Amino acid sequence: MSDDQMVTIEVDGRKLEAKAGELLIEVTDAAGINIPRFCYHKKLSVSANCRMCLVEVSKVPKPIPACATTVNNGMQVFTRSPLALAAQKGTMEFLLINHPLDCPICDQGGECELQDVAVGYGSDVSRFVEGKRVIPERNIGPLIATDFTRCIHCTRCVRFGAEIAGIRELGATGRGEHMEIGTYVEKSIDSELSGNIIDVCPVGSLTSKPARYQARAWELVQREAVAPHDSVGSNLHIHLRRNQVMRVHPKDNESVNECWISDRDRFSYLGLYSEDRVTRPLIKTEGQWKECDWQEALDFAAQGMKKARGGDGDQIGALVSPTATLEEMYLTRKLMGGLGSRNVDSRLRQGDFRGEESAPWLGQSIADLDNLNGVLLIGSNVRKEQPIFAHRLRKAAMEGAWVGFVTPFELDMNYRAEQLVSSPAGMISDLAAVAKALGLSGSLVDDAEVSDVHQRVAEKLKTAEKTTVLLGNLAVAHMDYSLLRHLGALIADATDSVLGFLPEAANSVGARLVGVAGGDGLDSLAMLNSPRKGYLLLGVEPDWDFWNPSLARQSLSEAEFVVALSAYRSASLEENADVILPVAGFTESSGTYVNAEGIWQSFNGSVKPMGEARPAWKVLRVLGNLLDVADFEYNSSSQVLEEARDSSTIQPGGNSSTPGELNVRTPAAGLVRAGDVPLYASDALVRRSNPLQKTNDAISAAVHVNPQVAKDGGFSAGDQVMVKQGNTGATMALVIDEAIPDGCARIPAALSGTGELGGQFGEVTLEKA
Amino acid sequence: MANEVCLRNLDQDRPWLLKRYQAAGGYEVLSRILKENTPPDEIIEEVKASGLRGRGGAGFPTGLKWSFIARNAPGQKYVVCNSDEGEPGTFKDRDILRYNPHQLIEGMIIAGYAIGATVGYNYIRGEFWEPYRRFEDALEEARAAGFLGKNLLGSGFDFQLHSHLGAGAYICGEETALLESIEGKKGQPRYKPPFPAHFGLYGRPTIINNTESLASIPVILEKGGSWFKKLGVENSGGSKLFSISGHINNPGVFEIPLGTPFSELLEMAGGMKEGSKMKAVIPGGSSAPVIPGDQMMDLTMDYDAIAKAGSMLGSGAVIVMDDSTCMVKVLERMSYFYHEESCGQCTPCREGTGWLYRVVSRIENGKGRPEDLALLDDMTVKIAGRTICALGDAAAMPVQGMLKHYRDEFEYHIEHKRCMTGG
Repeated sequence: MSDDQMVTIEVDGRKLEAKAGELLIEVTDAAGINIPRFCYHKKLSVSANCRMCLVEVSKVPKPIPACATTVNNGMQVFTRSPLALAAQKGTMEFLLINHPLDCPICDQGGECELQDVAVGYGSDVSRFVEGKRVIPERNIGPLIATDFTRCIHCTRCVRFGAEIAGIRELGATGRGEHMEIGTYVEKSIDSELSGNIIDVCPVGSLTSKPARYQARAWELVQREAVAPHDSVGSNLHIHLRRNQVMRVHPKDNESVNECWISDRDRFSYLGLYSEDRVTRPLIKTEGQWKECDWQEALDFAAQGMKKARGGDGDQIGALVSPTATLEEMYLTRKLMGGLGSRNVDSRLRQGDFRGEESAPWLGQSIADLDNLNGVLLIGSNVRKEQPIFAHRLRKAAMEGAWVGFVTPFELDMNYRAEQLVSSPAGMISDLAAVAKALGLSGSLVDDAEVSDVHQRVAEKLKTAEKTTVLLGNLAVAHMDYSLLRHLGALIADATDSVLGFLPEAANSVGARLVGVAGGDGLDSLAMLNSPRKGYLLLGVEPDWDFWNPSLARQSLSEAEFVVALSAYRSASLEENADVILPVAGFTESSGTYVNAEGIWQSFNGSVKPMGEARPAWKVLRVLGNLLDVADFEYNSSSQVLEEARDSSTIQPGGNSSTPGELNVRTPAAGLVRAGDVPLYASDALVRRSNPLQKTNDAISAAVHVNPQVAKDGGFSAGDQVMVKQGNTGATMALVIDEAIPDGCARIPAALSGTGELGGQFGEVTLEKA
Repeated sequence: MANEVCLRNLDQDRPWLLKRYQAAGGYEVLSRILKENTPPDEIIEEVKASGLRGRGGAGFPTGLKWSFIARNAPGQKYVVCNSDEGEPGTFKDRDILRYNPHQLIEGMIIAGYAIGATVGYNYIRGEFWEPYRRFEDALEEARAAGFLGKNLLGSGFDFQLHSHLGAGAYICGEETALLESIEGKKGQPRYKPPFPAHFGLYGRPTIINNTESLASIPVILEKGGSWFKKLGVENSGGSKLFSISGHINNPGVFEIPLGTPFSELLEMAGGMKEGSKMKAVIPGGSSAPVIPGDQMMDLTMDYDAIAKAGSMLGSGAVIVMDDSTCMVKVLERMSYFYHEESCGQCTPCREGTGWLYRVVSRIENGKGRPEDLALLDDMTVKIAGRTICALGDAAAMPVQGMLKHYRDEFEYHIEHKRCMTGG
C-alpha cells in the first residue's frame, strides 16, 4: 500500500477519508472528533502508555488506543460506545487515584489537560481511600519548576528531550508505582529548548518557575507577538494580566517555529521588569543626569543633533540595534536622511565590510531546512545562535543529512556532525582547501593544502541532493568575513548548493530592506573609526552591542552629542549619551520583523509602555517634526510600514556575494581571539532576564584556551589573566578547554568585563595578572 | 514415558558437558542440516508438523512464528531465547540450562539457520547465576568445537550466540521488554504491532522463543515432527516440562507427555504431604486462575483441558495447595508480586496493580469493607485487556480466579476480620 492511498473509515457512524497508514487519532483530530488523550503528542513518537484514547474498533475484541492504531479501509470505530467509554473512564479512575485532587492550589489548575478530561470522564467520588504517592520536589534549574507528585507518567517530556531537544536529560527511573521522571542525579536541564516541556506536560508536573503561582490561567489575556531575538521570527502568545506580561508561550506556526520556542524567546520577557528600565526622559547637563519631561528632552535632543550636524549631514550617524522594528528602522533612516546623513547601520557586530552581499536571506524557506541532505555551516554555533534553526537542521541530520561546520572552536552537538575546527586564520584555509578540492582556483584557493577531510566535505556537498552553505554569527564577526563569505559562495556555486545566511537578530533582514544595513553611507565600523560629531543610538548598549566596544565608547565619548533611544539605562550608555529617551520594550509597541526567510510579520503592542516610555517610532516621528524633516506626519505604525514596504525594492531571492580585496587580515601566527556572543547575552532584553542569567548557558567573561596554549603561557585553569588586544586590555579568568584549537583564544563578547576589549576577532596576548 | 525430549540426558553423569551430549548423538542433527544444506522451509514445516507450542506460557505455535520472518529479507536478523524464567512457581528452564545447555544451543543454531539469522542471544534470568555460568561454559565448548562462529563445520553458515544476564525484573520476561533490555534500555514492553518478527531486536526481524521450545528442536528434527506430536494429544503436541511445587512430597521438574492426567503428575511428585488434603491447584504459574482440587483431579495436563476448566497451562508451573492454605493470604502474596513487578509504563497496570494489592491486603489484615469484593471485580475488568502487555491480565486473572472459587473465604475475612482456615 502506498502512503498516499486513500481509505474510508467510519467513526461513530461518520464516514471519513484518510490516508492509508495514518494514525486513527490524527484522522479523528482532523475531523474534529474528540478522543481524550495524554501521552499522544503530534510531534512526538507514539508511546501508547496513558491508555486514555482507548476506542472500540469492529472485529477487535479489546478496546485499542487510537494513538497507536493505523487506519484500514472499511474500519469501523466507536469512540463513545459502552466499551470505549468504560475503558476511558477506567483509565481516568486509575490516573486519578495517585494524582492529588487539589486543583485549586496547583499552578496548572484551569488549563490542565487532566482536569479538563476528568470533568468528562472522572467520577464525582473517589473509591481510592489509601494514601497517595508523594515525590519530593526536584530542582532542575532556574527555568522549570517540578511537582512530580502530580506526574501522570505520560513521558512526553522524556520523549521531547530525546527526540526534539536531542539531549536525554529527563528519563523514567523505577518500576510500577515507583516510576519517577527525573534527571537521576540532580542537575539542571540545560537544553536551549527546555521550556517546551512545560507546554507538553499535560498536568502541573512541569511549570514555568518564573511564572509559577503568579497568575491564574483565567485571569490572563492572550495576545500575539513575534520573538524579538533571533532571525527565526518565532510566533508567540503573550499572556497578560493588568498590563503586565505574565508569561510567553509559542503560537503554532508550522512553517516557522512549529509548536516550539527557544528558552530565550520564552523567558526573556522578564527583562522587561528590570530595575534599570528608563521610565522618564533623562538629560545630562554638566555631567549630571536628571529626569525631565518629554518636551524638554525632545527639544534638547533636537537642538543637540542640529548643533552636532552643523552644516554637514555626514557628520552625524545612527547606530541601530538589529532587534529594532522595521518601522523604527525606516524612520531612523528617513530622519537621518532629512538631516542630510546616509550614515545608518544596524550591522553592529560585523567585523569586515569589504565587498558586497545581497540581503542576508536564509536563501530557502525555514521548513526547507528539514529536508536538506547536506549542510555546511561556516562560523555558526547555530544551536546557541538560532536554536529553532538548529532544531530544523537536527531533523535533517536525523534523516541522514550530512552536516559539517567550519568553526573556530569545537561545538557541543546534539547529533553527529563533521566539525573542521581551526583557528580564525585556519577557517579561511579550510574553506579555501574545500574550494580547491572542488577543482576551483584563484587567489586564496591556489595555495590551499587539501587534506582528506576537505575532500570529504567537497564530496558530500557535491553528491548530496539538496545542499546549502550557511554563514552564521561567528562568520559575520570574523575580521575576514568577506573572505569567508566569498569562499562560501564559491563552494556553494561549485556544488549547486544554496548560499544562505543565518542572520543574527530579529530584524537583520528587515534592516537591509529599508536601507539601515548595506545602505550607501558609512557602515558601523567606519562611523566609529572616523568618529562623527553626533550619534543617534537606537536600542544599543555601547559596552555590549558593538563588534569593538572600546572603539565604540571612545568615538561616542568624543562626539559632541549623542542621543540614545533606549528602554534601559546602563553604565556605558550613561557615560556616553547626552540624552536618553525612554522607549517601549518588547510587547510594548507595534511593529514588524522580517525573518530570515523574508516573511514580514507584524504585531501589535500588547501592553502599555512602562512609565512615560513611548514606542520608538513615535519618538522618532516627533524628533523628525522638531527637526523639520519633510513628510514626517504619521498617525500609526502601519502608515510607516506601508511607506516602508512601498519604498523597499528588495525581494527574497538568490543570495550573492561579491568579493572586495582578497587579502587576509587575520594574523596567521600568534593567538587570535574568537569572540562569540553567548546565547543569553545577545541583546538588552535577554541580558536582563534573571532566570536566563542563572542558567548554565549564561557564562561569565573568561578566556578559553587549549591545554597546550595554557602550558606554553605558564597558566593554570582559573588563573586571572590580563588579555591585551591592541591598545585595550581586560583581566579575566582563564579556562582550559579542549574544544579550542591552537592559535585561538575564545573570549566571548557582550559579557560584563569584556567591554574593555577590542573587536570580537583580533590578535591577543595573555599575561599573568 | 517421561524425560524424552529436553531432559532425556538426565541419567548421565555431568550431562552438561559437550562430550556427553555428543556421545548421546548431540549436534548430529545440526551437522546433518549443515552438510545436506537442508532447505530452511523443510525445517520450519517439520516444526509446524510437531505441533510444538510456545512453552513460555502463551502457547503460540512455534513453527508458525518462525514462518512470519521474511527469511530472504536483507540485513541482520536475530534469534532470541527467553530464559528469563520469572513466573512464580516456574523453574523448568533453569534445569535445561543446568543439565542440557548444548541441546538449547543446538536448537538456537538450527533456528538461526531456519530464519537466516546469524546472531542469537540467550537472555537469562538475573538470579540464575549457576545456570548462567554453566551456559557460558557450554558456549565456550561449542565455540571451540566449531559449532558457533564463522563458517560452521565448513558449511558457509555463520552463527554466533551470546548470553545476557538480566537484572531481576519479572517484566523482562515479556518478549519485547526483554528486547529493550538487551538493547540496554529500561525493560518496558513495546506496543504491538509491530511484532518482533518484523521489528524486533535493534529494529530487525527477530524470533523469540522460550528455552524449552528451542531445546526441543533438535529432538523434533531427529525423530520427526509426527513422532513428537504423537507424544501428546490433539492440539497439544509433544511432551512438556512441569515444575510442580507446594504441599507435596517430591517437588521438582517432570517431563511428561501433554495430556497426562494431573493425578499421575501428582503421583510422580510423591502425592500430598502426610495428613494434608488437596484444596486447590494453580496449574500454570501464578498468573493462571486457581482451580479447586477436586476439579483438578479430573483434568489432564494439556492446553485445551486446562483452558476448558477456566485456567491456563501457561508455563507448566503447578502449585498445589492443601486445606491449611488461606486463599486471601495467597492472593495477597501474588498481588504484591504484580504490584512490585509492574514496569509502570501504562496507567491501568501501574496504578491498578498497587490498588489491587492494597485492597486484598486490607481484607487479609482484617480491614476489609463489604464493598471491596465488588471493587476488586470491577478493577480486574478495567485492567485486563487494557494494557500494553499481558502483565495487566496476569495481575487480574488470579484475582478473578480466587473470587470465582473462594469468594466465601474473602467474605468471611471481611465479616469476621480473621481467616476461616485458622491460618
